[in-house]
Amino acid sequence: MAPLLSVQNLRVSFPTHRGRVEVVKGISFELGKERLGIVGESGSGKSMTGRAILKLIRKPGLVTADKLEFDSIDLRNQNEKQMRQVRGARISMVMQDPKFSLNPVMTVGEQIAEALVTHEKLPRREVNERILAMLEAVRINDPKRVAGLYPHEVSGGMGQRVMIAMMLIPEPELLIADEPTSALDVSVQAQVLDIIDDLVTSKGMGLILISHDLNLVSRYCDRILVMNAGQVVEECAEGQLSEAQHPYTRGLLAAMPTINESRDELPVLDRTQWAGT
Amino acid sequence: MNAITLSNVDISYGDTKVVLGVNLEIAEGESFALVGESGSGKSTILRAIAGLAPDWTGEISVLGQPRSHGVDRQVSRQCQMVFQDPYGSLHPRKTIDATLSEPLTIHGIGNRGERVEAMLQAVGLDRRFRFRFPHQLSGGQRQRVAIARALMLEPKVLLLDEPTSALDVSVQAEILNLLKRLRREQGLTYLLVTHNLPVVSFLCDRLAVMRHGQIVEVADVDQLKQGRLSQAYSQELLAATEGRAGAEA
Repeated sequence: MAPLLSVQNLRVSFPTHRGRVEVVKGISFELGKERLGIVGESGSGKSMTGRAILKLIRKPGLVTADKLEFDSIDLRNQNEKQMRQVRGARISMVMQDPKFSLNPVMTVGEQIAEALVTHEKLPRREVNERILAMLEAVRINDPKRVAGLYPHEVSGGMGQRVMIAMMLIPEPELLIADEPTSALDVSVQAQVLDIIDDLVTSKGMGLILISHDLNLVSRYCDRILVMNAGQVVEECAEGQLSEAQHPYTRGLLAAMPTINESRDELPVLDRTQWAGT
Repeated sequence: MNAITLSNVDISYGDTKVVLGVNLEIAEGESFALVGESGSGKSTILRAIAGLAPDWTGEISVLGQPRSHGVDRQVSRQCQMVFQDPYGSLHPRKTIDATLSEPLTIHGIGNRGERVEAMLQAVGLDRRFRFRFPHQLSGGQRQRVAIARALMLEPKVLLLDEPTSALDVSVQAEILNLLKRLRREQGLTYLLVTHNLPVVSFLCDRLAVMRHGQIVEVADVDQLKQGRLSQAYSQELLAATEGRAGAEA
């Protein structure tokens, strides 16, 4: 079976007064109906990778790739109009912070409806039913009431669930989640990720989970790419994170305090080895 | 003597009571953590102690001295706060030198140049950073400056409001090591607010779990390490941290 998404030698660069700077330096991967995690620190290029797939990088940023194919569509030569058929409907993206990603002057229900109606012509009654069903699927109690609320009236965790509902209602085949939980409390993080996980598995979608939290990614993904300074330094399968080989990955793992911490000092990454960020 | 004592403290913002009847005793030299979800009132307690949330009732004492409701110079000398976001807490148009000298000027302390240099060294920043602006530093370096700023007056008590949650894990490790070393060297008392339980395990001696403005449980860090927290809500937080998704929606 052909992979859902295949990326070869993806490069993203931005001009600066000292010439073009490459923030993604030729990464390649293939994705089927599975859950792929991309981990790295700030500035490692992980978010840029996610955005490049959706062609969301605007000029003067420049994206090049030897291959950027989604379901046999070559994304490289799609124009803006064609991309709009793909974005949302077939590949959608959950952003980091619901506070900044939701429209403050539209109710939650209207925004979810907009996501659906943009891609499908449906009678209004069915739209309403789909919204309520979707809100219920992201485990919002009392979806009728929540659909009528404005974004400032819902909590962060609920806002993020609304975002997920909005992204999943057109039933995309690939979901890119860019730090979907880093603006949320620990206790809500697990809930939100469980919801994403449930929906992704039950609908047979592909998932790219972008995060800086190695442990979190390792819990939810089948495969993990570790990025540093625009390159993939290591690929691990699920559950094999503890056997990671690359010093950068090992450094990241060691730098995290554990719940039963007995070390007196945490090991710190020696950045000179990678000349990274 | 206790470094910080709160007895029966209620804190409100306008008509909304955020913290209800909190009692807390933190011994000198101790490192104490307040944990809980957003909105549980943990940061508000720090703000009240620092004098940033003046609308409170009850009694707050710092090093045995009851605190007044307004700006309290005596408290400022002894008790300083480090904020969450190093991108927002440093003045963008002041050099590091100006930021670090300002508390000394306010309190009429001389010998500023030397003190600034010594402090930069103590927090592990090179001298060349002294006349730079915050935007020329990385997140970790900025947080070092924020900690240096708080330590300029040689306080005994440091209030830390999520000092590492805006940083990458590797940078977080550097800052946590720094905080641990400074506490050992200068005999500081820490009151740390966080929702990251592993950080508590690394840095603190005791913790209080907060929910809806009240303290649910006060426990030793050993209890946390062994997962022996007594209240159901504390266990829920612990489960969420370890990724056992026991929490219901």
